[in-house]
Amino acid sequence: MTFWRHTWTVLTKDLRAELRTKEAVNASFSFAITILLLISFAFDPTEEMTREFSGGLLWIVFAFAAVLILNRSYARELPNDCLDALIASPAPASAIFLGKALSNLFLLLAVEAVCFPVFGIFYNVRWIGQFWPLLLVVVLGTWGLTVVGTMFSALTVNIRLREVMLPLLLYTTMIPGLLASMQLTVHLLAGEPLSTAFVWLRFLIGFDVIFTALALTFVDTVLVG
Amino acid sequence: MAAAAVAVRDLWKFFGDYPALREITFDVEPGTCLALLGRNGAGKTTLLRLLAGFSHPGRGEVRILGAGVRAPETRARLGVLGHGISLYEELSASENLHLFGSLFDLPDPARAVDEWLERVGLSRVRDGLVREFSRGMRQRLAIARAFLHGPSLVLLDEPFTSLDDRAIAVLQQVIREGLAAGCTVIMSTHQIREAMELATHAALLARGRLLYHGPRAPEMLADPGWLYAQYGEA
Amino acid sequence: MRKSIIILIALLGVGWVVWNLHTVLLQLPDDADQGPVYRIMFFHIPAWFSAGIAVFIALGSSIGYLITKNLKYDAVALATTEAAVAFLTIGLVTGSIWGRISWGIWWTWDARLTSALVCWLLYAGYLVLRTAIEEPSQRARISAVLQIFAFADIPIVWYSIEWFRTQHPGPVLRGSGEMDGAMKAAVYANWPALMLVAAAFVLLRLRQEEVKREIDSLRRIVHAG
Repeated sequence: MTFWRHTWTVLTKDLRAELRTKEAVNASFSFAITILLLISFAFDPTEEMTREFSGGLLWIVFAFAAVLILNRSYARELPNDCLDALIASPAPASAIFLGKALSNLFLLLAVEAVCFPVFGIFYNVRWIGQFWPLLLVVVLGTWGLTVVGTMFSALTVNIRLREVMLPLLLYTTMIPGLLASMQLTVHLLAGEPLSTAFVWLRFLIGFDVIFTALALTFVDTVLVG
Repeated sequence: MAAAAVAVRDLWKFFGDYPALREITFDVEPGTCLALLGRNGAGKTTLLRLLAGFSHPGRGEVRILGAGVRAPETRARLGVLGHGISLYEELSASENLHLFGSLFDLPDPARAVDEWLERVGLSRVRDGLVREFSRGMRQRLAIARAFLHGPSLVLLDEPFTSLDDRAIAVLQQVIREGLAAGCTVIMSTHQIREAMELATHAALLARGRLLYHGPRAPEMLADPGWLYAQYGEA
Repeated sequence: MRKSIIILIALLGVGWVVWNLHTVLLQLPDDADQGPVYRIMFFHIPAWFSAGIAVFIALGSSIGYLITKNLKYDAVALATTEAAVAFLTIGLVTGSIWGRISWGIWWTWDARLTSALVCWLLYAGYLVLRTAIEEPSQRARISAVLQIFAFADIPIVWYSIEWFRTQHPGPVLRGSGEMDGAMKAAVYANWPALMLVAAAFVLLRLRQEEVKREIDSLRRIVHAG
């Protein structure tokens, strides 16, 4: 119970601090939209082409957008040594981590929520009929991205080249999770039901569970020297 | 006899193979105010960070109020004020204190926050963002943040360095009241008068070793460099 | 003493490899289907086996470091990860050369190739992360956690990529594509030979790391005054 209250406290703190400045969200949002538009402009894809690479395109855009949010996650605690005060408090490192990961999840989902209509318009894709299954896939894929990313944000918070190291580690580790999300997205955007791609859904859930467990186990080791 | 506020046994801390702290052993009784002296790089901050539970010792043991450093009940009774103010620029004064009030599981955070804003003289600007605060105001808010949950042990790293007059007065007052209430204070310091006046005990660190630990002698007050000279560290 | 042991192991390993080269190049006939290029398998297959073993040792010593905080474990983790990356590189390069001749292409996004490349990226990321951290104890702790994440990712990567069509030839040591007995013997003989060379390399790196720690420690003593 206390664990969840601490999680909630950190979650609301992070969201409030971010929404006051909107630094990370604005950067992430403009970046995502720019890439979506650029690719549409550069390739001017036909409907057939779009159907085939839509999953890859969307998730690569999301992964890029994610790094701009995730880079700030633990780095936000660096000015004024706020991280020290958090670690000194009775809140366990895992509760703080979970609060931060959830805050990143919401921010990234917000960015993605804007990306979908833009994608639909510029690539002439109708996805609204698949709204609920698509939402499920997007939330699961984004959770994988944020839980691994928030962990690596903690891992790299005190090191040189933080901004470079995070995407380097995140993208490699995320390959299976991104692959599953891409497969499912392509599948759904082609109008197929979710039930015929159940293996990938199960795989994605497994990925999320494994890395959530690993991150919660090791975040204390990473932050307390 | 009650457990010592801080009990350190054969403490070592390594950075790689380099021992930043070596065979440190000492006890701090409840209600004392220990001034931790030593030059830059002597290991003061490293020692305080170990006591605060920011890092694990390479060897040896630290017990705080009879429990392990990382135990939640220990941390609930620990107040830490480091080099940084540990406040969020984008949050207001009261939001910052509320945040830590709830992380420390205070039964009535709103009251503690009001009380401490009053004590450090920031009630009037309680809804102002820390970003907009002057240096002195930030420092006072940081003091309130460290003492908000009524800690039994307070660790202060160079607390008086670069404080303005008003913040110094507030900090001295808060420490005095804490000591009177049985709180234990450990502060690292250069040879600063404000700190020595408060101290009941002093300890001297040099090259990671504890050279002296004992009551504060009157000489230390008159000549802040006296202890260093005694151990050839001047 | 220790130096002469390292030299002895290195000489033994290199001698054995040369002897195996003699067998492979001069004594064994060309393959009925593949012609002379099949000889690359005598390095390709043992390289993958050795990389697998190195990765396991690296994981074990990373966990060992987290438990004991003894920097010797960290040095073993580093040296064996370097060996693993070297073997993975050999595996990828030899595989690519073989592919060029047998398939007519240097690279294809076949399941095993892709998985192998992702593993290479994971462990290369580990080595890059290490270069970004100055303080030895912090470096050991953070990279040990990353090592665990990388290892956990391997089966997930393998599994996810396996679901695509595979182009890689099936196992040659057993099953339907089984090799001739003498050829199989040569593959097995070259494995310990390569492992000996790797062992010499790892021992050498351990020595270097030891010296490096000593230098770092002396430098800190000088700075502490």
